[in-house]
Amino acid sequence: MQPTHSSRRILLPVRNWFIVLTLFLALVLNLVPFGRFPGIPDWVALVLAFWCIHQPLKVGMAAGFFLGLAMDVADASVMGQHALAYVLLAFVAAGWSRRVLWFPLAQQALHVLPMLLGAQLVMLATRMIAGAEFPGVLWFLSGITATLLWTPVTYLLLTPQFQPEDKDVHRPI
Amino acid sequence: MSVVGHAPPPFFKRGPAPLVRLAFFVSLSLVLLVADLRFRTLEWARLAVATAAWPLQRVTGIPIDAAGDFGTYLSRQTTLIKENEDLRRRQLGTANLLLRQDHLEQENKRLRALLDMRERQPVEGRIAEILYAARDPFSRRVIIDKGSQHGVAAGEAVVDDVGVIGQVTRVFPLTAEVLLLTDKEQAIPVAVQRNGLRAVLAGAGAGMMELRFLAANAEVQVGDVLVTSGLDGVYLPGLPVAKVVKIDRDSSYSFARIICAPLAGVERHGLALVLGGRTALPPQPDDLPATPDQPTRGKRVKKKAR
Repeated sequence: MQPTHSSRRILLPVRNWFIVLTLFLALVLNLVPFGRFPGIPDWVALVLAFWCIHQPLKVGMAAGFFLGLAMDVADASVMGQHALAYVLLAFVAAGWSRRVLWFPLAQQALHVLPMLLGAQLVMLATRMIAGAEFPGVLWFLSGITATLLWTPVTYLLLTPQFQPEDKDVHRPI
Repeated sequence: MSVVGHAPPPFFKRGPAPLVRLAFFVSLSLVLLVADLRFRTLEWARLAVATAAWPLQRVTGIPIDAAGDFGTYLSRQTTLIKENEDLRRRQLGTANLLLRQDHLEQENKRLRALLDMRERQPVEGRIAEILYAARDPFSRRVIIDKGSQHGVAAGEAVVDDVGVIGQVTRVFPLTAEVLLLTDKEQAIPVAVQRNGLRAVLAGAGAGMMELRFLAANAEVQVGDVLVTSGLDGVYLPGLPVAKVVKIDRDSSYSFARIICAPLAGVERHGLALVLGGRTALPPQPDDLPATPDQPTRGKRVKKKAR
């Protein structure tokens, strides 16, 4: 059977301000002080991966770098820790974007899982080399939660681009 | 390259190749990492961004605060009555000491004057509320709601009603960051209360601490209370810090492995007391340019001599 692009609907072009707004909202969500509570997803990583996959020409490593710097300050972690992880995440996500979008949403999430866990592993390696303590296996739960959120986040972030289902005969597209 | 003096069409211009960009940003991140970890030169940037983001941070904390308040609101009346009674009893118990403290301090002052010792500095404390734990899962820090605007300075000790919690490491205008005792990077000089044996207590991760560099036959027992020795000039001597919970005396190592649990509610949230700096600032010199000249000239001479 011929593979089909999972989103068969023709999408409207994305608006730049919407990308900026969603990335900013993700940053705000990441500021919510949950402390060491396990399983809180890294919203910035998730939304960044989403836009890198869907709009690799607009969102890329530069966005990842600056979002990472913002997270480093907000998290009171070492400068460059999130930046490094997000740059690598953006690189992999943009590189895989052509492939990932051919799959249905659940399988897209399976592609996103190693990306997010990889970003966490990069952060872990950076900090362990610097001599920090191991945060516990439960910390990796946040990547898994974020993966589970891939489907709702996709629908939420693509909503402004969906066209009405019932076509108007006077407007063919 | 242009063929006949024409620039290539701009349709496929996408900047440098992805691998080039990756290398650029990765190296930039690595430079930042080294600059921050090794040289600690990026504190000013952190201060600027953190100050700008402070209102946002407070707004995002509202739902969590509200959830906590709701939980407190629902706490049963019996618990409150019991707690109230408990506190009153404790107050009565300490009243005896409190009433006599003024008298004792006076007496102490006179005796110290008699002994010609330096007077113990009066230390004032500022009550601060622990706002939240920093999100960074690799270290143990909390954020308190007093900052440089309230006179908190980096290096000051933070205690609660039972013992030492940690030390202020970063100060922002309205908040401050406290590194908890259980963090791996934190160390505190202590003495065993029972026999005055001095040692260094360091964070061991997982909410525990470790008494380092004590010989395998050192006289420490399970249950010993460790208090600050005051040798570092940061903590006042005699503040309770931790209790020894496990001693591992392995003769193949030269040091005993002594695990301690913090006495204070280090991982708990609530109110804390920031103790002011122990050593008073030296008096301002009258002629500023004259005094710093002296050592620099000396140094220069030394360098030349070498």
